[in-house]
Amino acid sequence: MKRFTYTRAETVADAVAILADRPQAQFLAGGTNLVDLMKYDVERPDAIIDINSLPLKEIEELPDGGLRIGALASNSAVAYNAQIQARFPLLASAILAGASPQLRNAATTGGNLLQRTRCSYFYDPSTPCNKREPGSGCAAIGGLTRMHAILGASDKCIAVHPSDMCVALAALDATVEVVGPDSARDIAFGDFHRLPGDEPQRDNTLARDELVTGIRLEANRFAGHHTYLKLRDRLSYAFALVSVAAAMEIADGRIVDLRIALGGVAHRPWRDPLVEAEYAGAPAEDVTFQRVADRLLFEAKGLGGNDFKILLARKAIVRALRQAASGRPQSQTLKAIQ
Amino acid sequence: MAGIAVSTTINGDQAEFLCHPDETLLEVLRERLGLMGVKEGCGTGDCGACSIILDDRLVCSCLVLGAEAEGRRIATVEGMAQGDKLHPLQQKFLEHAALQCGICTPGFLIAAKDLLAKNPDPTEEEIRFGLAGNLCRCTGYDKIVRAVQDAASVMRGA
Ligand SMILES: Cc1cc2nc3c(=O)[nH]c(=O)nc-3n(C[C@H](O)[C@H](O)[C@H](O)COP(=O)(O)OP(=O)(O)OC[C@H]3O[C@@H](n4cnc5c(N)ncnc54)[C@H](O)[C@@H]3O)c2cc1C
Ligand code: SF4
Ligand code: FES
Ligand code: FES
Repeated sequence: MKRFTYTRAETVADAVAILADRPQAQFLAGGTNLVDLMKYDVERPDAIIDINSLPLKEIEELPDGGLRIGALASNSAVAYNAQIQARFPLLASAILAGASPQLRNAATTGGNLLQRTRCSYFYDPSTPCNKREPGSGCAAIGGLTRMHAILGASDKCIAVHPSDMCVALAALDATVEVVGPDSARDIAFGDFHRLPGDEPQRDNTLARDELVTGIRLEANRFAGHHTYLKLRDRLSYAFALVSVAAAMEIADGRIVDLRIALGGVAHRPWRDPLVEAEYAGAPAEDVTFQRVADRLLFEAKGLGGNDFKILLARKAIVRALRQAASGRPQSQTLKAIQ
Repeated sequence: MAGIAVSTTINGDQAEFLCHPDETLLEVLRERLGLMGVKEGCGTGDCGACSIILDDRLVCSCLVLGAEAEGRRIATVEGMAQGDKLHPLQQKFLEHAALQCGICTPGFLIAAKDLLAKNPDPTEEEIRFGLAGNLCRCTGYDKIVRAVQDAASVMRGA
């Protein structure tokens, strides 16, 4: 690890001010991604600002029926919160599909949003990687691509965003609350993570000097029809090859409102609200689900090692929509695919 | 560089140490405080051998900085036995031969202790889910699961 200084911030204003002063500084939340990457010399901050004392751990109900989750609420605290389990079970389920008890206890809501890709070349400073070192090239293109993107990749980077939680937040249309040195702003979840394009070093649209303070969720009617289906190389404690967060509202056998987001397939959680809108009113049955899958995957492109993901994603989408429609969400403890 | 002064409670006792910013809590516990029960398997959050309970949360100490322990309570495997009397989990791991090389064992014991504190009567499925962050490369998981079930029933007084 490169040498760094350690400072504990006591207030949000304090944290943002220290960051503004130190261009190479980074916030430390749960540390499960940052400390790991520092050990690999991939992240090399000269200053660590520990934000764990900031008052951002609350999960609170909002007057309009929504919920606000503080950026420092741990992934476990969110997944086991009674309000979240009752009203946003898709979010709880997605969190419990990821990592391990130890990691979910330490990992925070803000840190989960900002976790970096698990591309193995990104983790290996001896290989070229445009995300780690802009302009150096991409070792994954022409390399091992099993874990890489089938949608939205560029000729600069084909990495995927590894989060499970964020796939559910994308489907639920969350809002990210952030604070900078001069002002606070909201970022719609769909605008938070980016595609790699020519700047794969930028994972998201958070400005360099901003702090994530929380996430807002709007009330919805999806609690009866949702699922998080995660397919991976082993049944627990592995990142997704493909995952699907699906939620719908159904009346008289027809879809009233549909949400579907994919994980493990792109540089950000993949969602297409236009396709969702098109199937409002369609019968909640397999033919519809197959069409939704075909539409979402129309532009999917394999790179050899990940060609299998296209068919896997198609089947996962249909299966997840079936689970959601039937009101039988995938269990995250009993791992057999339902 | 002057060390960072950290004051914590470890297994119920006050403890103070000095460390560098880049020392992990795992390194501090083992190398500065001599608590060798905390093991390093991977250093990257994958194996759970470094598990400790920090305040009331089971975490991997390899991904926590030593400096973060300021004002916190730490529980390690060293605090489980009372003098010569093993904790029921330790006793049942022995009886069920739930260990071979033993490097994963302290992490499993602490993770199981945390699991049973939250859920005194877990199903097999809940035990497997609760211990998913601990890897064992020699014993396999069946004996570990049985040892935890058996210890849970002793601890419930059943
Ligand atoms: C072995 C292992 C397995 C895993 N498996 C999974 C899995 O299956 N699914 C999954 O989704 N995830 C998985 N994870 C990833 C885990 O979810 C993330 O590491 C975690 O969510 C990151 O949160 P953190 O609080 O620890 O972030 P940190 O490591 O503290 O921070 C990560 C980054 O975010 C920045 N940051 C943190 N908080 C803020 C804030 N409030 N504002 C601005 N910047 C901030 C930091 O500066 C840093 O750059 C796994 C991790 C490990 C180590
Ligand atoms: S895919 Fe992206 S992260 Fe992976 S090596 Fe290429 S540029 Fe780096
Ligand atoms: S040493 Fe910490 S998880 Fe393996
Ligand atoms: S007993 Fe050797 S790793 Fe578990």
